[in-house]
Amino acid sequence: MIELKNVAYSYGGGALLSDISLTLAAGSFYFLTGPSGAGKTTLLKLCYGALQPTAGDVLLFGEDVAGLARDGIAALRRRVGVVHQDCQFLDHLSVAENIALPLDVSGRASAAADGDLNELMAWVGLTQRAEALPPELSGGERQRAALARAVIMSPDVVLADEPTGNVDWEMSQRLLRLLVELNRMGKTVLIATHDLSLIRAAKTQVQARVLRISNRQVQLAGADL
Amino acid sequence: MTVVRLDLRHLISGDRQANRVVPPSGVTAHLTIFAAAAMAFLAVFAMAMSLAAGRLAARWGDELAQSSTIRVVAPADQIAAQTQAALGILETTAGVAFARALDEAEQRALLAPWFGAELDLQALPVPQLIEMIEEDEGFDAAGLRLRLAAEVPGAFLDDHSRWRAPLVEAAGRLRLLGWISALLLGASVAAIVTLAARAALAANAQVISVLRLVGATDRYIAQAFIRRFSLRAFGGATIGVLCAMIAVAILPGASEAAGLLTGLSFQGWHWVLPLFIPPLCALVAFLATGVAARRTLGKLT
Repeated sequence: MIELKNVAYSYGGGALLSDISLTLAAGSFYFLTGPSGAGKTTLLKLCYGALQPTAGDVLLFGEDVAGLARDGIAALRRRVGVVHQDCQFLDHLSVAENIALPLDVSGRASAAADGDLNELMAWVGLTQRAEALPPELSGGERQRAALARAVIMSPDVVLADEPTGNVDWEMSQRLLRLLVELNRMGKTVLIATHDLSLIRAAKTQVQARVLRISNRQVQLAGADL
Repeated sequence: MTVVRLDLRHLISGDRQANRVVPPSGVTAHLTIFAAAAMAFLAVFAMAMSLAAGRLAARWGDELAQSSTIRVVAPADQIAAQTQAALGILETTAGVAFARALDEAEQRALLAPWFGAELDLQALPVPQLIEMIEEDEGFDAAGLRLRLAAEVPGAFLDDHSRWRAPLVEAAGRLRLLGWISALLLGASVAAIVTLAARAALAANAQVISVLRLVGATDRYIAQAFIRRFSLRAFGGATIGVLCAMIAVAILPGASEAAGLLTGLSFQGWHWVLPLFIPPLCALVAFLATGVAARRTLGKLT
């Protein structure tokens, strides 16, 4: 799915990540953890082509990201769902339109897709809020809307950067359950988080692997935390 | 070129959704429309001036090139004899197609604007005028002057070229100025639209990053902006052109009394020309926004 070969990334002078080799297997569930500023977000951005590695190769679905033109990256984003901690929307469009946005920009909007949209809205529990504008949503609702938008194209991979950072424990459990369900449907899930209790909670539901960033390297943490 | 054609087709057919992803913007939109309208309005006048100057140059060139005048200045009792003598010389001059003395009524009409219609020509020492039309190959003006000086001392040749040439040149320059003005106005539209498009792109940075995140191509994003600005330029220019055409239409028309001025108004098929300004304006906006959008988007991830 996603393969990093000897990847390094440096901002300005300092190296943030160096010599990282990593393969995300299809259908698996990963956590990416590490202290703040260790490079979790940077690693995720490398995984969806928002950043180019300063050394090494990133292969997405077997294709080298460095060789992709801007339209190639756009096409790739349709196969990778991304959820940010502070997710952004088009504030002048309704929640439903925002969730359907990936369909519209890829020209796949249709009546059948509308059915999927309603189902997806029900799944994340936002049916009642379909016509609301994004600024009117609570933190938890925003995260669920972002998750719905990330998966409406039925991507193979879902990347989530601190998806539970702005919500309370109960809501983070709810988001986690949605992500676990996605994984059971066969999607590869990678969640960056520094919340160890979230990881523990997940381990009771799914076989999750934990990647830890320390000293500019990524290590596969043991089964125990 | 293919890209441009595809984009143009999209532009005309329109994509409601692509248009909606960029939030509506009030003031910028009105300013762009106003600027396009003002530029188009001025362009119509620049065009009218150019065409009028062109007509003027052509008329002065054609009508005056072939004709000359001879003035016979002599004491009243000799004037008829000298006129006959001058006409005699002209008949034998190679290159003169036709010559005739103006009669009293014509001379009075020429002087009427200055002295009034009731003028008695007999009371004034008015020179007799002889109008001559030359053949295409022209005549030897210097030779004719020498012959007149020798045989008819009161006759002077005026071949018009002395005062005609600078006027024709001035009219030509005026026409050139008109076209340069039109070009500058077009460039101004491009500059204004570029500035407005850049402002819009900067103001919508969040929209653009969201669209990129969910997999929109640069073309999809650019389309929304290009379509918007092209339509604004087209709409504004249409308003400006219509106002200007009405203004030109109600200008006082060309008349005999106006003499040298043929009037600024369009004539005949020239009325069609201003109608090309709105599509041209839209094309300029289309290209300017396209360049601005591609440049801005290229810098984003």
